[in-house]
Amino acid sequence: MCLAVPGKIIGIQDMLATVEIGGVTRKISIMLLPESKVGKFVLVHAGFAIQEIDEEEARKTLELFKELEALC
Amino acid sequence: MLTMTNEQVRTTADFFTREIGRLAGAQPIRLMEVCGTHTVAIFKAGIRQLLPKTIELVSGPGCPVCVTPNEYLDTAIAYSKNPQVIIATFGDMLKVPGSTTSLATQKAAGADIRIVYSPLESLEIATANPDKKVIFLAVGFETTAPLAAATVLMAEEAGIKNFYVLSAHKLVPPVLRALLMAEDTHVDGFLLPGHVSAMIGIKPYEFVVNEFNTPAVVAGFDPLDILQSIYMLVQQIHGATPRLENQYGRIVLPAGNEVACQTLYKVYREADTQWRGLGNVAGSGLAIREKYEDFDARTNIPVTVETTQEPVGCRCGQVLRGTMLPTACPLFGVTCLPEHPVGSCMVSVEGTCAAWYKYGAGRWQG
Repeated sequence: MCLAVPGKIIGIQDMLATVEIGGVTRKISIMLLPESKVGKFVLVHAGFAIQEIDEEEARKTLELFKELEALC
Repeated sequence: MLTMTNEQVRTTADFFTREIGRLAGAQPIRLMEVCGTHTVAIFKAGIRQLLPKTIELVSGPGCPVCVTPNEYLDTAIAYSKNPQVIIATFGDMLKVPGSTTSLATQKAAGADIRIVYSPLESLEIATANPDKKVIFLAVGFETTAPLAAATVLMAEEAGIKNFYVLSAHKLVPPVLRALLMAEDTHVDGFLLPGHVSAMIGIKPYEFVVNEFNTPAVVAGFDPLDILQSIYMLVQQIHGATPRLENQYGRIVLPAGNEVACQTLYKVYREADTQWRGLGNVAGSGLAIREKYEDFDARTNIPVTVETTQEPVGCRCGQVLRGTMLPTACPLFGVTCLPEHPVGSCMVSVEGTCAAWYKYGAGRWQG
């Protein structure tokens, strides 16, 4: 349940951000990570950004995620 | 961080595996992971097969759905029978059996139960259904609890009066203490949960080393992260130098996410709570503060709950304390199956029994 996936912030309006997660966009809250900036990668858990991460880490985690999905 | 080639990954994995084998020695070592995502990652990467036979990996109470007691499920089920109520829940909770039925059965019978990806969706449901009371089943550890707290604050700000939470949140450090104090649980080192730690930071775990001399490493979720974390634990055990280390430093900051923690404790206060298998653990739960009690389902919506019963023969309690492997439970794979779970550990995809059933084939007897 504590699974979190990386997403790239492509837009911010107030405390709502649009993130791209593996090619899919969705709205998330940045209330718990108010310093979030467009262009940065964040870790997304259940509709909220919870931590900033670097691009390389994001890419690696998404790859792992896809790999794990393929195994499911 | 630089991208590693497959060859570099293999070389690094070989190094950790070899060093773990060299340092482990002849004495049995028991390591516990306290995160369902680690449980699944360990199986998927085949980590057990890489370790010497002297190292045993056991799962602790790291799956929020699994540790949620029957009484909570019975309460949620009772609420779902109220035609004025809409239940909003993470999908994992649906199949967990309560004393006599489950939310999935109630949903099939017509109860208005909605699966949500985020607690925020509960607010949308509440806004779209002003004549109904929307109850969000707030389960989860410190990773998820700040989200529920933030949702309460957003409901307050938006003036949404028909949104409620039914809190069953759990805190990891107090349950680690309970495990360390339990006479029947022996753990030589902890793999600490990565995303819980991303929220709470490192300090709340210091007692594990300072008071119990037990090695502890905050671990990431990549197979190499897990191997490296096991290597770090074995190094500590070998050198008899218990420490609190952070292998997942690229995500877990020493102070965690302070905004998330402030949000959490603005809405909730620590409270005693019941864990499946562990009973009441002091200060290990979260109750809504008086200031926000208008959002507390238990305070505002009367409900009559059936007398809670535990499933006969189920050993989830021992599995969650790491004192029994799922394969030793007489129900495992016989009457308790993912399609028809008897105990909660077989329900969630991150449950220990579900993981053993799905990935443990061929190792059940070994």
